[in-house]
Amino acid sequence: MSGQGDSAGFTGHMLDLDEDDDLEVFTKNTSLADGSSLPNSPGSMVNQYRLEDEDEGLQAVHTKDFFITVSNPESHVTAVETFITYKVVTRTTRSDFDSSEYEVSRRYQDFLWLRSRLEENHPTLIIHPLPEKFVMKGMVERFNESFIETRRKALHRFLNKISEHPVLSHSEHLKVFLTAEELAPHKKQGPGFLSRMGETMRSVANSVRGLKTRPGEFTVMQEYVEDFSNKMISVDKVTQRIIKEQKEYLDELKQYGPTYTQWAESEDELADSLRGVANCVEQCSQETEEQISHLSEVLLPTLHDYVLCAETLKTVMRRRDKIQADFETKNEALLSRKDDQEALQEEVNALADRIELADNALRGDWKRWHSGMRSDLRSAFLTTAEKNMKYYEKCSAVWESFLLTQRAETCQQKDGDDGS
Amino acid sequence: MADSGCSEDVAVIGNTDITSEESDSINNTMAESQTDLLRKMEINVAEAEKRTGKNTVNMQETYTVYLIETRAVEAVTEGGLPPAPDSLWRRYSEFELLRTYLLVTYPYIVVPPLPEKRAEFVWHKLSADNLDPDFVERRRVGLENFLLRVASHPVLSSDKIFFFFLTEEKNWREEVLETGFQDKADSRLKSLSAMYRVKNPDKRFTALKQYSDELNTVISQLLRVRARVADRLYGVYKVHGNYGRVFSEWSAIENEMGDGLQSAGHHMDTYAASIDDILEEEEHYADQLKEYLFYTDAVRSVCRKHDLIQYELEMVAQDLASKKQQKEELSTGTVRIFSLKGMTSKLFGQESPEQKESRLAALEQSIQEGEAAVKDKVSECQDFVRAAWDDVERFKEQKDRDLREALISYAIMQISMCKKGIQVWSNAKECFNKM
Repeated sequence: MSGQGDSAGFTGHMLDLDEDDDLEVFTKNTSLADGSSLPNSPGSMVNQYRLEDEDEGLQAVHTKDFFITVSNPESHVTAVETFITYKVVTRTTRSDFDSSEYEVSRRYQDFLWLRSRLEENHPTLIIHPLPEKFVMKGMVERFNESFIETRRKALHRFLNKISEHPVLSHSEHLKVFLTAEELAPHKKQGPGFLSRMGETMRSVANSVRGLKTRPGEFTVMQEYVEDFSNKMISVDKVTQRIIKEQKEYLDELKQYGPTYTQWAESEDELADSLRGVANCVEQCSQETEEQISHLSEVLLPTLHDYVLCAETLKTVMRRRDKIQADFETKNEALLSRKDDQEALQEEVNALADRIELADNALRGDWKRWHSGMRSDLRSAFLTTAEKNMKYYEKCSAVWESFLLTQRAETCQQKDGDDGS
Repeated sequence: MADSGCSEDVAVIGNTDITSEESDSINNTMAESQTDLLRKMEINVAEAEKRTGKNTVNMQETYTVYLIETRAVEAVTEGGLPPAPDSLWRRYSEFELLRTYLLVTYPYIVVPPLPEKRAEFVWHKLSADNLDPDFVERRRVGLENFLLRVASHPVLSSDKIFFFFLTEEKNWREEVLETGFQDKADSRLKSLSAMYRVKNPDKRFTALKQYSDELNTVISQLLRVRARVADRLYGVYKVHGNYGRVFSEWSAIENEMGDGLQSAGHHMDTYAASIDDILEEEEHYADQLKEYLFYTDAVRSVCRKHDLIQYELEMVAQDLASKKQQKEELSTGTVRIFSLKGMTSKLFGQESPEQKESRLAALEQSIQEGEAAVKDKVSECQDFVRAAWDDVERFKEQKDRDLREALISYAIMQISMCKKGIQVWSNAKECFNKM
């Protein structure tokens, strides 16, 4: 999927001009496979929309040509601030890269820069989210070890998602990010940044005004995004709650075992059995700790990413709507025949192209994104289920071996008592 | 399940879910020590029922009665169905009366305890209400257990009052009171609360008292922590129920993912629901521990009785020694011990030989009585120590056996819980695979 096709970069119409030329163009086909026009009911829309083989096109078996790692968080202290840098190591087989291996040092701000650039150039592509700037609840220190580790992993996932994206992986900004020794010279704080801000504000206003002819498929998509967002937030919350309850359970277990040991000290015959139980509880505590680790370090971060993804999706939909709104405004002006017809006509045509390209980009990326989401979440839940199975298997084995020692003792006693 | 069909087996363990493979190794204390009573009779607390009636102050009250069933053992083997058992209803206060009678009448025996009057060591799910059906059920099992413990005790099982408790509904109360045990009960209460210093306690009893206190402390703590652990585990399982709800809602907006999510959600609901049975089973384990917690009171009570007898012996012996001392002084005329009589004789003059003679005679008499009293007390003490220590040894063996079996059954419960967990997550995994 890399470097296929050579379309006139639709990004030429975007605000920033130094963008790649060799972009993948997604299906321009706005009608269905059988040539009929789009049906009306949202329900059947969803079905039609999803019926196409998700593997077709974008995420079919494609060889990975980027191997990126984010590691080694290091603290830097200056007079003005303290910040963390991460080591970003890239191995690539891309021909447009001069070398096959790069190592650079990047801070969180740099990742923010990269993502905002990608957003500007591809406003209706679904770009994987970055970890949040701050954690709202109860975090005192920004430089707490576990916070840094969580962030590092999220940054790692971000870069990997970008580098696997058929369009974004060819971004010049990505290349600069991965290869340049110093990023500062490449950073521009110009109109791009600001007008993106302005764009967001206006687009909110526009969506309030309401669109005249938004295609049904995007309404369906919007509804899905709303629902998906709510579900993700819920699943994330439930998972956090489970972790909390597990931790409290573990705290009690840690007191439970030692009580059996204490009892054993007052006993003779019974001491072995009591110590055996204490030992079992101790081992199960350790298993519980591992289980909590998995939830915190594997399942929860994945879910959280998709909570953030949902927000990204909402933003993308707003942008798409905004482009359409711009077109409608200009079109109305044209039809009212008040101003310079020729200039207006050109603008209207340009905007019409822009809509088409934006819509196509979104449609194609939507499938890719949904397929990726499905794969990521399935994998996360699968490994969680496996982890839980292992947890119970190990605990069961612990208690079973305790039983064996007890049965052995019982048999010895029986033989001793009646010689049978 | 053990195939003897004896309900005694079930009562002691309190866990009816053991597979036969495991229960073979669980040898019931009471099945092993068959008393004459148990050889003749099967005992059962079959049911519990709510009654309302007027109490002593003429107010309506609701209470629970328990049905005690007894059946002759031989009758079971006659061809066809066994005959209907004899039965009578008893309420908890009558059990308490029986037990008090036993405590007073056999102070050298570690008398089995009753199940708790009110639910203690509760974790949040169980209600502390005495009329709660789960509590009533567990109490029924506990009462049956109590009866079987008494019925299998080498000494207590032959007590007539106990026999009448099982067989005579109406007149039993009068018969108990007729034994006059109430008087002894009062003095026993006094002795239990009194503080007195024993000069030469039997070292074994001192050690036993200490052990009993330690056991009481540690089992209380264990029960408390176990209840907290149960509470937390309940929370973990129940929160997973939320996954069920959310997955179900989520599946409604998905297409290919929908089925997998929906069925995974069902398994999460199953997982959340499974904790109720798991913790209910664990209550049986807690009950076994509680029985021995309450047993420590009975042990302490035997120790205190020993202290009392020993103290009385020491008092009587001391009294005898002092009288002998007085006699010696009187006959030799030397005053070694201060006495008022001695002082007044000094002040007001020596007494006459006749007075002295009569006093000597009285003392002699007193000394002989004192020697008899000491002999009695020594014998009482020796008898008590021997009988008590016998029962303590028996109790210790029973305790070691029962608690070991309790720990084993606890392990079995944990394994069962783990197996259920493996099953649920294995099912969930298959569903996730279809996402």
